[in-house]
Amino acid sequence: MSTAENAPRKLPGSLNTNRRLDRWLRINRDGTVSVFPGKVEIGQGILTALSQIVAEELDVGLQRVRLAPTDTRYSPDEGMTSGSQSITDGGAALRYAAAETRDLLMQQAASQLGVSLEQLTVTDGTITARGGGSVTYWDIATEDLLKREATGDVPPKPAAQHSVIGAAVPRRDIPAKVSGSPSYVHDLDLPGMLHGRVARPPSYGAKLTALDEAEVRAMPGVVAVVRDGSFVGVVAEREDQAIRALNRLKRIARWEERGGLPESTNPRFLLKETTEDEVISEKSDKAAAARAARTLEAEYTRPYIAHATIGPSCALATCDDGRYTIWTHSQGVYPLRHDLSKVLKIEPERITIIHSDGAGCYGHNGADDVVLDAVLLARAVPGKPVRVQWMREDEFTWEPYGPTMVVTLKASLDADGNIVDWVEDVWSNSHSTRPGAQKGVNLIAAWHLSQPHEPSPPRNPPLPGGGSHRNAIPIYEFPNQRVTNHLVKRMPLRVSALRALGATANVFAIESFMDELAAAAGADPIEFRLRHLKDPRARAVLEAVAAKADWKKGEKGDGARGRGVGFARYKNGAAYVAAIVEVEIGNEIGVKRAWVAIDAGLVINPDGLINQTEGGLIQTVSWVLKEAIQFDRERVLTQTWLDYPILNFEEVPQIEVTVINRPDLPPLGAGEGTQGPTAAAVANAVFNAIGARLRDLPFTRDKVISALA
Amino acid sequence: MTITLDVNGKKQHIAADPETPLLYVLRNDLKLKGARYGCGIGQCGACTVIIDGKAVQSCDVPVSAATGKQITTVEGIARNGKLHPLQEAFIAEQAAQCGYCATGIIMSAKALLDANPKATESEIRTALKGNLCRCGTHQRILRAIQRAAKEWRS
Repeated sequence: MSTAENAPRKLPGSLNTNRRLDRWLRINRDGTVSVFPGKVEIGQGILTALSQIVAEELDVGLQRVRLAPTDTRYSPDEGMTSGSQSITDGGAALRYAAAETRDLLMQQAASQLGVSLEQLTVTDGTITARGGGSVTYWDIATEDLLKREATGDVPPKPAAQHSVIGAAVPRRDIPAKVSGSPSYVHDLDLPGMLHGRVARPPSYGAKLTALDEAEVRAMPGVVAVVRDGSFVGVVAEREDQAIRALNRLKRIARWEERGGLPESTNPRFLLKETTEDEVISEKSDKAAAARAARTLEAEYTRPYIAHATIGPSCALATCDDGRYTIWTHSQGVYPLRHDLSKVLKIEPERITIIHSDGAGCYGHNGADDVVLDAVLLARAVPGKPVRVQWMREDEFTWEPYGPTMVVTLKASLDADGNIVDWVEDVWSNSHSTRPGAQKGVNLIAAWHLSQPHEPSPPRNPPLPGGGSHRNAIPIYEFPNQRVTNHLVKRMPLRVSALRALGATANVFAIESFMDELAAAAGADPIEFRLRHLKDPRARAVLEAVAAKADWKKGEKGDGARGRGVGFARYKNGAAYVAAIVEVEIGNEIGVKRAWVAIDAGLVINPDGLINQTEGGLIQTVSWVLKEAIQFDRERVLTQTWLDYPILNFEEVPQIEVTVINRPDLPPLGAGEGTQGPTAAAVANAVFNAIGARLRDLPFTRDKVISALA
Repeated sequence: MTITLDVNGKKQHIAADPETPLLYVLRNDLKLKGARYGCGIGQCGACTVIIDGKAVQSCDVPVSAATGKQITTVEGIARNGKLHPLQEAFIAEQAAQCGYCATGIIMSAKALLDANPKATESEIRTALKGNLCRCGTHQRILRAIQRAAKEWRS
């Protein structure tokens, strides 16, 4: 017998790695259903969508569904909540687990009522036999009913039977969040809680050379000053006392800095770095190549971009008898625990991590780092909970940025305006340095201890999803194509996953260049794209957005106003998104209106999908028009919102989202699909308006002026 | 030293350094968690409360400067167990993603509409210029405030 036959069968989504039904669901005597998701709420509304899936497949009212906070004591290990995969991983697991649970309950009911399965119907947890007689889930669910491995054999409901899936169910968490009641880990207030802050070095790799701790220990309310190598923190009774002590620490600590940041913020330093090169797509058709009549080349860049959460990262920790309890808004409690156990040199089982909501993170920010800060400070005051919230400047200077990138493109058109050759090169760091790696520790404080840990070697998640090369392979049909990924190994600035990873820059480049080629071919940009697209779903979103925006074939801007289009299928396998934006150019570029069409397969919650799509568009317009991390050879200079303005209420566009629902097709990840298409649509609209082609993000006033010069 | 504050119509006595930003007194002494830390220097609006009718960033006000004034926090705007029309409108329009900025925005909007119930969309946008939202929920938030304003007038 081969090993393949011995291997356990593949189960849907995260059910494959967390195979027991009781890991996911519990039917309670009190008429409720407990759900144990391993994916967490990060403002995307996932918990509402997951509860819809369970209510639908179990045939119970939504109000019966209770979601247990993700907790390492009982929750399934679903890795990270990232990459727009929560519906396809966690949602699929719960969909199948709930369908199978319903089936088990029906079998139990059939035997209790002495009837066949066909005679049973179920409404809100009450199973009724055609000839009379009924039982409820709450009565018949035995202790051991779900103590079994899932089979994945019970199919979920067909779309025609959906009543909860596909409904715009209001988010479960919004009422508490707008009422001001404690909702976030930031709001937890434990008895005897102390407040901690960490005095981070002024720059990467700086070493602490002198500090008079006694001066800080004598300050009002200070309970402990913790110093270990270049890690320095303070614990105080009151939060304001901790901040005063932090400010004193920062003033009196002496550091030796080492420099080493790039010579300028121009992303082109990447082109001179040592790279690991990989040809990720190659197609050859010599006859087609020979038809080349005209060749275009262009280079596109994006800077380092911050996640810039509104609520700086926060965590609480207690240390009791060598056991730790932690409250966090981390996107991955198990990978975090893995790294913490290495630093603390204890078994992971001695660390309990409980998830609590945080402010939006948009990828890997300081959420995990602040946990180790809280743990190291809590260790100094055993038995007392310590709350640490980063200061704004901690978040701006220490979070891992979305990496800077360069994409070069070269393509040839034949005499009829068809692309016959496409050559693309992508330069970028890895976009993934989260905790949980085999080697190393990806938590800032661990790097600063007297016995430091090294960061883990960066990973570039493999294609088709990809990392730096996410969406680098065009989904258009070109006869000749060569795409090369140049992974830059040295990381002078700390970088990691920012919403959409490499897809933003790659789609920005591909879709800007498609526009340049369309113009060279004298073609309408939408018609030009359709000319090179076969996938009917791709064509459908482009046609839908063009119709909604009332796009006029070959429409031209008027020297101040103009419109542009951008399109992609996220990760080349998730949601299809096409966007049209309208810009108005005065002193600066303003994005006034936007239209988006999105096909994310089966839609679980249309309003949630629209909310994510609107938000993705606005966030991207902000990146495109305004955002870049500033630094000199030694330090990151971006510290406050004045240094890093984002799009504000006076500047946001009006957006219209069109959802193409495909109820009979699997749901597709959607939360990050808008980024790339929006970035390109803005660039293309600027060209349409004023005839100037902007290729370096962000499109600030000076870029417009120099493009027009 | 002991400081007396008038918060949501109640007198509160607090032992704190007079220079302590009001935000920390609200959150930690009075356990009112609806005003949130975002930047500490009045640049983001997450900590907005209303003092004597004006929207103020509580991270940027020493508690001593708030004595003798009427402080209203988001916890104090519900009436008779019913959420404020602005809060109801935020729910109706699903005007939140992460929601961290929402309470500050509701307080800025309340200060505006209390003074000018007929505020136009452009006036609302201007009044919210100091409130940052990173999730990009602006359009829904603007809709929610206009919905509440309409109710206000009727």
